[in-house]
Amino acid sequence: MRTARVAHGGAVHTASPHERGLQLASGVVLAEQDVIWLPPVEAGTIIALGLNYADHVKELAGELTVTTRDEPLVFFKTPSALVGHRGHTPRPAGASFMHYECELAVVIGKPAQRAKAADALAHVAGYTVCNDYAVRDYLENWYRPNLRVKNRDRATALGPWLVSADEVPDPQALSLRTLVNGQVRQQGRTSNMVHTVAELIEYLSAFMILSPGDVILTGTPEGVVNVNEGDEVVCEIDGIGRLINHVVAEP
Amino acid sequence: MNSWQLPFDEGRAQLSGVVVGALLNDPAELQALGEAAHQPPHKAPPQAPVLEVKPRHMLAGDGAIVRVPEGEAALQVGASLGIVIGREACRVPVAEALHHVAGYVIAADFSLPLPGHYRPAVRWKARDGFCPIGPRVVPAAEVPRPDDLAAEVAVDGVVVHRHRTGPRTRGVAQLIADVSAFMTLHRGDVLLLGRAHGVPLAKAGQRVQVRIGGVGELQCTLRAFATGAGSAA
Repeated sequence: MRTARVAHGGAVHTASPHERGLQLASGVVLAEQDVIWLPPVEAGTIIALGLNYADHVKELAGELTVTTRDEPLVFFKTPSALVGHRGHTPRPAGASFMHYECELAVVIGKPAQRAKAADALAHVAGYTVCNDYAVRDYLENWYRPNLRVKNRDRATALGPWLVSADEVPDPQALSLRTLVNGQVRQQGRTSNMVHTVAELIEYLSAFMILSPGDVILTGTPEGVVNVNEGDEVVCEIDGIGRLINHVVAEP
Repeated sequence: MNSWQLPFDEGRAQLSGVVVGALLNDPAELQALGEAAHQPPHKAPPQAPVLEVKPRHMLAGDGAIVRVPEGEAALQVGASLGIVIGREACRVPVAEALHHVAGYVIAADFSLPLPGHYRPAVRWKARDGFCPIGPRVVPAAEVPRPDDLAAEVAVDGVVVHRHRTGPRTRGVAQLIADVSAFMTLHRGDVLLLGRAHGVPLAKAGQRVQVRIGGVGELQCTLRAFATGAGSAA
């Protein structure tokens, strides 16, 4: 099952896919461009992973002091960081390097406490696509990656659909890619994750309760390049969705 | 968004559940690091505010039981002033920042002894119930000088740490300005001014009281917690 949250006609609706775009619960069919797409879940805790693809770790090896066998690099975000499908993400004036990060987003469906990896996927409600932007100009080596890099307003795009877990038999067998203005700039496979979705749920739930609505952003593969105002950035994960985002000037 | 209720003398102050804390905001903490702040992995002292998000699973109220994980001798406990946002703050100038404050509250900032300051120490800090907040939100009008309040931590009734809420690298107004420069703060969000240098430790079985002058007293009790228990879900 696929569901989205959209705003239309002054109200928020749950929508499902339709051959001409999407359909509201009332039966009304609309084109994709005729609604405002909200993040597909009302997110609880937003948990993000850094350096969780072997190829991305290699790409950044020159500036890193970690290896892939270290403990997962986890940080949190606040809800104001989120923006929906077809949303606008501000690029700070004067920044020299802002990049997208295409990520598989895992939405928790059942509370998880001290879950074991073998049964961890039973706690997953579904999956969606995330574009977790970073502005590298602001990186500092204190609790890195710091919030000024990773928790900027509307710089974490999520959507368009929440795809229920039963439609995704193996979250480690997905291809993902990012296109900037139609050109493929980033490609990867979730099989390259250092810590799998199930292992991340085991790791996290060992010290914190995961609750329905919590979202785990599982990291990005190699191939991050700068984007500029006016760019259209599309993050795709096969079987999950195609998330469009527009980079705009900071107001 | 799940709202988070805090019992309040005059009705209820509704918090949003979003809590963002400042780290290393006491100049004495950086001074104590000395030359290390200039060496790898840090290379240079921090320029922007150093921040962490304290998600909903960490939040608890006055009188909370704080669980000391099996194998840990003691927890660090920091006293922090909580700044409760009353009006949406987006790119707010310092001179206007205090107009966005609804009031102040106390936070007890628990953690395992930290491995360092390079990576977000989520496993050491972001444990269930590690951030009790309360007992009430004191209206801003009753706290005219939030950057100069006496604060103390008592363990089993003995004061083990005394400090003032200022001066900090960023006081209340500067912190709101610098955080709201890139992330909007909403009504009910709580911004923590952060621990003072030299946080004390408390062990399982001990009672901790955090007091901030004019804001009140927050109590919690530490209890040993066996992590070998079965899965709850």
